[in-house]
Amino acid sequence: MLFNLFKFNGGVKPPTNKAQSLTLPIAQAPLPSRLVVPLHQSIGGTPKPVVQAGERVLKGQLIGEADGWISSAVHAPTSGMVVEVGMHMQPHPSGLDALCVVIEPDGHDEWIAREPLDYRTLPPEAVREHLQRAGVVGLGGAVFPTHGKLTASKTVPMQELVINGAECEPFITCDDLLMRERAEDVVRGIGIFRDLLQPQKVLIGIEDNKPEAIAAMQAAVAAVGEDFAVIAVPTRYPAGGAKQLIRVLTSKEVPASKRSTDLGVQCFNVATAYTAWRAIAHGEPVISRLVTVTGNVDTPRNYEVLIGTPMDELLALAGPQADTDGIVMGGPMMGFLVPDTTVPVVKATNCLIAHSPKLFPPKAPEMPCIRCGSCAQACPHELQPFEMYWHARSKNFGKTQEFHIFDCIECGCCSFVCPSRIPLVQYFRFAKSEIWAREREKKAADTAKDRFEFKQFREEREKAEKAEKLAKAAAAQAAKKAAEAAAAAAAEAGGADTGTSAPASTVDSEIDPKKAAIAAAMARAKAQREAAQPKNTEALTPEQQKEVAEIEARRQAGQPATAASEPPASGA
Amino acid sequence: MTQVCLALLPGIALYAWLLGPAILIQLLLASASALAAEALMLKLMHKPLGLFLGDGSALVTAWLIALTFPPLAPWWLIVVGTAFAVIIAKHLYGGLGQNPFNPAMVAFAVCIVSFPALMSQWPALGLHLSFGEQLQVVFGLAPRIDALSGATPLDTLKTGLKLGENVDVAQLLANQEIYGQFAGRGWELITGAYLLGGLWLCWRGIITWHVPTAFIVGLGSLAAALWLYNPAQFASPLFHLFSGGAMLGAFFIATDPVSGCTTPRGKLIFGAGAGILAYLIRVFGGYPDGIAFAVLLMNLCAPVIDLLTQPAIFGMKDKS
Ligand code: SF4
Ligand code: SF4
Repeated sequence: MLFNLFKFNGGVKPPTNKAQSLTLPIAQAPLPSRLVVPLHQSIGGTPKPVVQAGERVLKGQLIGEADGWISSAVHAPTSGMVVEVGMHMQPHPSGLDALCVVIEPDGHDEWIAREPLDYRTLPPEAVREHLQRAGVVGLGGAVFPTHGKLTASKTVPMQELVINGAECEPFITCDDLLMRERAEDVVRGIGIFRDLLQPQKVLIGIEDNKPEAIAAMQAAVAAVGEDFAVIAVPTRYPAGGAKQLIRVLTSKEVPASKRSTDLGVQCFNVATAYTAWRAIAHGEPVISRLVTVTGNVDTPRNYEVLIGTPMDELLALAGPQADTDGIVMGGPMMGFLVPDTTVPVVKATNCLIAHSPKLFPPKAPEMPCIRCGSCAQACPHELQPFEMYWHARSKNFGKTQEFHIFDCIECGCCSFVCPSRIPLVQYFRFAKSEIWAREREKKAADTAKDRFEFKQFREEREKAEKAEKLAKAAAAQAAKKAAEAAAAAAAEAGGADTGTSAPASTVDSEIDPKKAAIAAAMARAKAQREAAQPKNTEALTPEQQKEVAEIEARRQAGQPATAASEPPASGA
Repeated sequence: MTQVCLALLPGIALYAWLLGPAILIQLLLASASALAAEALMLKLMHKPLGLFLGDGSALVTAWLIALTFPPLAPWWLIVVGTAFAVIIAKHLYGGLGQNPFNPAMVAFAVCIVSFPALMSQWPALGLHLSFGEQLQVVFGLAPRIDALSGATPLDTLKTGLKLGENVDVAQLLANQEIYGQFAGRGWELITGAYLLGGLWLCWRGIITWHVPTAFIVGLGSLAAALWLYNPAQFASPLFHLFSGGAMLGAFFIATDPVSGCTTPRGKLIFGAGAGILAYLIRVFGGYPDGIAFAVLLMNLCAPVIDLLTQPAIFGMKDKS
């Protein structure tokens, strides 16, 4: 089929380094000694643990329940004993801890009862819920809960469903092998997405450096009898970025301010489609994923790995060489050095690269930016990285936003080409996190301010109410008095007895102590005010005091006496 | 940066061959003083010497100074100019990447304002001084006689047009002693070599095509318009493009990334502006050539141009 491809701007061509891990088929990684399964493995709410230490779990059993609509469930990767629900370090550059369920495998690998679904007979809502319960999230690395992306926009007709098999990062080959070996399951998974979203076309984009995967997918599409288009896209990083792939296949550009469904297009990774099919047709939740283990190892290879497997145990299978001094999770462009090699494999782990000084020589020192513009030329989002860098460096975060920092997809092309070797992406991540932190602070401050203002308002209202009450009471008193006076006058006129004047005097005496108390309080306040007047004339030397006294005297003499007197009390 | 120096080599070779080897001495003097000044400033700012000296930016500045100053200028002029460029125009603004003005052009402007006589003494072509005699002139060991120097082709044309009542361009150009095929004798070859070096830089991707093209179009089209309007009063665009520092300016000076524009549209505006200003200054202004002031004036506008020419980003194009 002839297909019109579009270009995205920028991009780079780093050495791909993919051949090393492509020589062997996918292998099943053996059961590790223990599994540390983080509960928070998707964007959105943190799942709530539903198991306790000491409990036995089966393979595929729910251990973390989705918390909210954008959240995704987590399951036990194998049968065994829960030994702990506690905080463990995460595979994240920050090295922060998060709540994990630690399971000691019992070696039986005993499944829960799996229930295949015939999703075609179910309403779409039920299918989405099932995917959420099965923990299906985007396995391309962004781990966005898949069910959340399976609703078309109400106003824009769904035109294209884009399936991402581009896998453009160097070193990573897990999607390539998945498509080669399990193409049919992938295609059936895409069928589920298609049925839920009802797009006009389904486009599967694969970089043209994976001819075997393209052939396998084409064969599978034919075998399943679908009309999906399998399209080879040019090999250029980051062709596998969702937005770039959408651009290449549909010419649509999704800016940061829009959702792709607003443009009638949605994008999923091939591995996500695969797990969706397994979850629905086989009742298997996401408890494992394919991971490329490569880099400074003897036998680079792809493994099917249980989520929660400690990275060092997985790496050991591939035979890390002696000078290995760390593990990079993800590719060399967007990946990061994990803070500790024992952190677990999670749903976002697509690749582990054994790090060695030879493989990743330390970067030459950073030089000043010379505004050469190479970064802007390489940026696939057509941003001006050096401007964002400049403002991020000077902590002028508002300006970084004016230069659209939130459109940056952190692909690393700019850092890759910078002749001054400036780690631009790091500056952008810093700026973004700083902006988020400030937003949070501002929000907190705003709520505090609102609370304070409300309190003030309430106090004022109460005061006003009190004053009103008092005024009413006083008016009533006055009216009463007037009435009494009138009555007395009438009585006098009528020559009645004089006893009626007594209540009036009691009222007066009732008010008087109040007045006195108020006057006393005002006097006290005034005294306090005077006491609190700042005095910068304390602790002066006698000469200075004399001088001050002289100045005072001159002033007194030169001015009318009133100016020196007490300022008039304000109307408080 | 070293690639930029490489691209200058053909022009330099022709220059040395046609105008005498004194230029090589000046290049050496400028390079040495630039590196010394750079080292001194880096030391004062506690920056790693080797790293920054190795980037070649000081060398490019030095070479541009040497190539824009008269080759027989006294040695101290080039030393002072280079030191000024590196110390004041570059480092006092914060060093590499922070200078708002092209350091070499700042040096040129300062020197031509301070020492106008020395800065306009160009050797008459065909004045065959031996290497030793040239050295003596540069180092002040021989008397600096006026016969040594003639005005540049550009200058001769300008003064000629100003002086004569009935002279026209064609008449002046017929004076084959100083003029060649279509521009200054010898100079047309040297500028041609700069053009080749510049094209090589474009082809290597060291500079983009925007600035040189816009510069040439700006200078050339203004020259063409006036030439068509009155060929007796105004020289042809070819003459202007191959005279003075036009090609050096188009490919090596106006393309300085630090002090120039960075957005593609900004580069076009910057280049065209520099070309137009260069023509105006060189034809109507008081200086023999206008490249330096044109570039400096455009440096002044660069931040604003950049701000106003931000390209639309991914996904924002059809919104106005
Ligand atoms: S590539 Fe590097 S040196 Fe060039 S403009 Fe960008 S940040 Fe500056
Ligand atoms: S990391 Fe951001 S700024 Fe850099 S090239 Fe990628 S999208 Fe552009």
